[in-house]
Amino acid sequence: MIIADRKPLGELLEMVKDCNKVLILGCKGCVTVCNVGGTKEVGVLASILKIARKKEGRPLQVDEKTIERQCDPEYIALVKDQVGQYDAVISMACGVGPQFLSEAYPDQRFFPAVNTTSFGGALQHGIWSERCAGCGTCLIHHFDGMCPIARCSKSILHGPCGGSAKGKCEISKEVDCIWDMIVQKKMEKGRLEDLTKMKPNKDWRTARDGGPRKSVREDLVQ
Amino acid sequence: MRLSYPSNVKVIQVPCTGRVDIIHLLKAVEDGADAVYVAGCMEGECHFLVGNLKAKKRVQYVKKVLQELGIEPERVEMFNLSAGEGPRFAEIAREMVERAKALGPSPVKMKKAA
Repeated sequence: MIIADRKPLGELLEMVKDCNKVLILGCKGCVTVCNVGGTKEVGVLASILKIARKKEGRPLQVDEKTIERQCDPEYIALVKDQVGQYDAVISMACGVGPQFLSEAYPDQRFFPAVNTTSFGGALQHGIWSERCAGCGTCLIHHFDGMCPIARCSKSILHGPCGGSAKGKCEISKEVDCIWDMIVQKKMEKGRLEDLTKMKPNKDWRTARDGGPRKSVREDLVQ
Repeated sequence: MRLSYPSNVKVIQVPCTGRVDIIHLLKAVEDGADAVYVAGCMEGECHFLVGNLKAKKRVQYVKKVLQELGIEPERVEMFNLSAGEGPRFAEIAREMVERAKALGPSPVKMKKAA
């Protein structure tokens, strides 16, 4: 899923400082799963904004709504009659949400309530970890199920580097050295020789280096 | 025991403090409560194992939010006591009322009335 963190409250309050009536629009997709932008979080943010503005003596009307996804036009279309009724709309989806909304409703202002951080999964309830960098050419099978592009601080394909110590990365003792883990697993499984095989250079044009990306399935396009 | 505690404490009963969510605490603050506290069972004694520990973390979350908004985090608190400790319940009620009085009216309520 896409992982995000809620923006600091000060930043959000600054965004809506000129507004008297806003809508917080949640998303039932990834941000609900990582507990940052679903119905519950929309309610919490609405209450927080109302508390802050009551404290300032300038009450803010905050309405709440959550749609299935903010990355599909058919769901974005469902709020057509509502978005125009507010001074601004705060999107609690990943970075896709405010953009799809802005494209669909160019006359309204859409503010992002979250900082989108990565693609990953839940290690346990409340802890999410990056697993994919969306580089466009998956190489996980070469590294026994571990992605050095997403999980190595340098994204190197020929690690570990000199910053690896006791299985941890030099950037933090909290960060595992994925190359240490790859080598350990390769040794355990008797596949260490895999790492000596010559491979063509990775084509980074499929990643962000090639500019904004688009996927097309001709059979589905109408 | 017929213990008395301040009448300005409004008790809301829940089956377990694990039922108390962040939004419940925030709503109380939003509606102008001068202080909100959760009275849970002793740690390690939860009938549902971790209800009071969950409540404790939620109280901490709300304290952090209030701090970020420039509101005294002491307005929200978590207490742990057993169901048999009536006198302690009354003592906590008095303690929180005293704390709220010392802090003064909630800034949220003050502005609302203005």
